[in-house]
Order: sequence, then structure tokens, then C-alpha cells
Amino acid sequence: MNLVAENLSYKPDDQFHLNKVSFNFNKGNIYTILGRTLSGKTTLLKTIAGLLTPDSGSIHFEDKDFLKIPVWKRNIAMVYQQFINYPHLNVFDNVAFPLKQRKVDNQEINDVVLKSLKSVGLEGYENRKIQELSGGQQQRVSLARSLVKNAKILLLDEPLVNLDYKLREQLREEFKNIFSQGLSEESIVVFSTTDPREAMELNGEVIAIDEGKVLQVGSAKEIFENPKTLKVAEISNDPPMNILKATIESNKINFEGIDIKIPHHLYNVKHKNFNLGIRASDIELNDNGFEFEVELAEISGSETLLHLKRGDTKIITSIEEVMNFKIHDKVKINFNIDKVYAFDERGILASSPFGGSYV
Amino acid sequence: MEKLYKFLKYSFITIWTVFVVAPFLWALTTSFKDFNSVNGGATYIPWVDFEPKLEGWKVLIKSPAQGGVDIVEPYFNSLFVTCTASLISIVLGTLSAYALSRFTFKAGFVKNNDITFFFISQRIMPPIVLSIPFFLFLGAVNLLDSLIGLIVVYIVLLMPIAVWIMVDFFNKVPREIDETALIDGCNPYQAFFKVVLPNSIPGLIVAGMFCIIFGWIDFFFAFILTFTEVQLLPVKIVALNSSITPWWSLSASALVSVAPLIVVAFIVERYLSKGNLSGAIK
Repeated sequence: MNLVAENLSYKPDDQFHLNKVSFNFNKGNIYTILGRTLSGKTTLLKTIAGLLTPDSGSIHFEDKDFLKIPVWKRNIAMVYQQFINYPHLNVFDNVAFPLKQRKVDNQEINDVVLKSLKSVGLEGYENRKIQELSGGQQQRVSLARSLVKNAKILLLDEPLVNLDYKLREQLREEFKNIFSQGLSEESIVVFSTTDPREAMELNGEVIAIDEGKVLQVGSAKEIFENPKTLKVAEISNDPPMNILKATIESNKINFEGIDIKIPHHLYNVKHKNFNLGIRASDIELNDNGFEFEVELAEISGSETLLHLKRGDTKIITSIEEVMNFKIHDKVKINFNIDKVYAFDERGILASSPFGGSYV
Repeated sequence: MEKLYKFLKYSFITIWTVFVVAPFLWALTTSFKDFNSVNGGATYIPWVDFEPKLEGWKVLIKSPAQGGVDIVEPYFNSLFVTCTASLISIVLGTLSAYALSRFTFKAGFVKNNDITFFFISQRIMPPIVLSIPFFLFLGAVNLLDSLIGLIVVYIVLLMPIAVWIMVDFFNKVPREIDETALIDGCNPYQAFFKVVLPNSIPGLIVAGMFCIIFGWIDFFFAFILTFTEVQLLPVKIVALNSSITPWWSLSASALVSVAPLIVVAFIVERYLSKGNLSGAIK
């Protein structure tokens, strides 16, 4: 009775958009597809919707072959990252459109639409034209339209990405509320995003995807704490995790002329050469630390992102306050060595501070 | 600087207005003149310069037996042929443009863009090149000198315009709108008629305007493909020109023939100024 996909592949040109993707989505859950742009997120959602036909593989829903059912009979709902609405209809008619299509009786349409508009905070906007709304409001209209259908599968393709910072925060909160109360136990929500923070906040099952391939499936916490590969570590951190070529010799980690005593959780790493992963947030300014040169300093919100360089090694660190640096400034930093990750030379997690290992 | 700019702007507009309106005024006054007022030197102001006469206009509706030229029948022939051909061209052109915009066609090396180009290429050739095949073709199916034959030829001439404009227009309508309609329970036909078409009205109006203009003003094919049974307005007007040019009735018929286009222009202008053409799709 679930949404089950097996070995979905889609290769319209010489690159895989989907590469043997399999999943099993249960009703009543939220699934987050996490991946960079062009990683196949939209393709996957469109395949579930039926807008794309995969070259091979199968999708079953409630034990029916989904690929044999045309889009318009699948009873799904989808919200795009662009704000897609019907420009010739006003807000009310936009939201009512799927119900009218189903020939629901007028009184009921009226009730359901007004209720849905209320739940997305657009009460009183019924007669507005779509063009008169702001981007955030337009996206709310398409969300309302996707909610009135009571669809069993709700697909959200990066719904927040085109909104400005404040609106995104606000709408993300509302999404969580709507998901927690508005949806029945019968629905599956699939949410795609490039933003790891969004995945963490929605707190559903995360599917990390890259180049059309599923890299890791697990809870948001699991993916964040124990990323299976370097790629996953890169996708699930923003800014991406710093990866440094390092060696282990006589209980010391060595990279770029820096020697650090090996932490406990890396004792089991047997390789001499490995990739050391350090989160930007696990690097701090410290006068007794190692000297790096500032390549670029960007202030984002209330934190400062520092791009640093030492020899051939480049790292990014985030500092929880707004600070001004000049290019070529020397700064001293320290690594929170108890929080580092070790990936072997193939890029597979060898040891994490949370005890995970896939070697 | 601001003032100079304003001055230049208004002087340009004034000169241009005179340039555009003067021929109409000239035609309007001439249509109320008789032989003497036309040939007696330049006169412009009625009742002062010359005595207005209705002869030029009366001739247009009198039958040849009464000494008139009767442009009423060619007028309605032209209206019928232009409207029918434009309507059919818009319907067929819109459907093919939608297909060319949304679906992928492939026949050997021929792809969507090649098909679109094929349509447009029909308009690249000089009309004279097309006239012989058209003549032979209409002769073969016995449609020379008939309204239906003219409609067929005009569809061939007008449909490329409709396809060209509408392909461009549909390409600007986001595909996601169609997809959302499908997801919302429309089958592909309903998606086209309920969602895509209502959002394409500005494009349809522009395409329709071009079809009507190009159909209405065509002289060449109407001249070559008709003889005695059927006559279209442009041919009839040119036929007025005899040994003594009747400037008065020529002017009157010119004004009458321009009238429908002025109506079309006003309708389109209203649409343009409402901003519906630009703001329909964000």
C-alpha cells in the first residue's frame, strides 16, 4: 500500500538524470530529497507525477502499476519552484480549479477553497488577480491549490528556493505546521531541496541524491551525523564540509605541515592516507592555533564565512558573528578535532564522531 | 535639456501625424469633388475652395447598368474570403503551433524547428513564384475564379503567419502551466482549451490582426486567380482606373477599403494599451 519504485532510470541524453533509483515511501511520512541543482530531484518528482516516463524501472502505488496511469488520473499534487498558477484566473478560481475539474458541487468547493486559503494565510485575497500578488503569495496560492485536492501524494519541488530570505523562513515554518496538522495519515509528502537546513527542519526521511543516483537514505540526523560518502557530506552541509588530504603517522594526523594528536574516534582508521572532513562550524579563531591566510570573507546574515588558505589547502570556516577581514590577512585557527570525520581514499566514511563507519 | 527633449518629441510627433493623416485628408476631400474641382488646381476646403458633390460615392453602389461600378459585391467577397481564411488559418495555425511548441517531432533529420521553418519559408518566396503552381493547382481542381479557391490559397498564405506568431507565443508560456493542468486532472485536450488557450488570447489577437491585414490587402493572387465570376475589392479598385482616372470614386473606394483595417487597429490598440499583451504571463 505504499509508493514503491524500483530501478528507475532515465537518460534522455548522454547523462543519467535518474540512475537505478529505488525507494519505498510509506503513507503519513515526509520524505526529503536532498541534492544539489541538476542532481535529478525535479526529474524524480516529475517521474512520480507521471510527467516523465522513465526508460526502465517501475513505480507502484497501492499495488497498482503507476506507470500505466496517466498524470491526470493519478490524484497527486505538485508545487513547483517557479510560482506556477493559472494567470487568467483569480485566486479563488485558481484554488478551485482542480475541484471544478472533478465536478465537485459548488457549495463544497466554496467551503474547501476558503478553508484552504485560510490555512495558507490568504484570507480575503479571493478576488485578486495572480499578477497582483507577491512571489510569496503566489507560492501560497499554488500550495493552497495542491492542498484542496486532498491528494495521496504531495510533491513539493524546491518550493521555497525562489523566495527571499525572510519569506522563506516564514513559509518554512508554515509548511511544518501544515504538514503536522493539515495532512491525513493517508498522504505521502515528498519535498525536494538543496538546503540541508531545510531537510533537518522538516525532520523526515532524507534521500541524498547526486547525478541521478541515490547515495544514502536515512533520517535527517543520521545523514548529518554519519554521511556515507564524501559526496553526501558535501550535500548535507552548507557551507560544504572541508575535505583535506591527510596522513596518519605515529598517532598524529598530518596535513599541510600541521600535526594534530589523533582523536579517539579515529584510532580505528587503518589507512595511512585518508580524507579528513571538518565542518566549517567546527573551526574557530584561536590565538594559539595554526596560521592561515584570508582569501575571501563574506558576511551572510549574522555569521561570517571565511575562505582560508595555507599552501595548497583551502578551507571554509563560519564564525558566529559579523567580523571584518581584509584579503591576505593572517588569522590563527584551531580545529575541533573531536568532531572531525575520516573518509578513506575512495571517499567512504571510515570513522565519524558519532561512531558510524561504512568501511 | 528636459525642455529640448520635450520639444523634439512633440515636433517629431506632429510631423509624423501630418505625414500619416495628410493622405487621408487628401483622399477624403477628393472623394467629394467632381471633374472640374480635381483638375482645376489644388483645392482643400469644402464650400470655400470647391462645391462638395456626392457623385464619387454614389458611383460605388450603382450597378454598371446605371453607369456605376458597384463595389458592394467585391467588398463582401473580400470580407468573406479574408475572414474565413483568417479564421481557418488561426485555428489550424494555433493547433500546429501548440504541437510544435510542446511535443518533439523527429523524421530523419527533420525536427521541430525545421517544420516551423518550413511553414515560414512559404512566405520567403516572392509571390510570383507561387502564382503558377497555384494557378495550375486551382485549375486542376476546378476552383479558379471561385471564392473557395481564393480561401484555399489565402489559407496557404496566412497560416504561416499564424504558426510563426503562435509558436513564439506558446514558447513563452511556461510548460509548467500545462503540466499543472495535467496534474490538476485535465487531460491534454482540456489542458489546452481550459488553460493554455485562455492565456494565449493576446497572441491570438496579434496573429488574427496580421492574418486579416495580409488577407485584406492582397491584390496579386486575387488578380491572377479570378477573372469575371468573382472579384475582390483590391482588384475592383484597380479596375476603376480607366482612360480618364476617376479620382473622386477612386478616393472614396480607397477610404471604404481602409475602414475595416482602422477598426482592427483600434481593437488591437485597446488591447495593447490595457497591457494585456505584455503582462499576461509573468
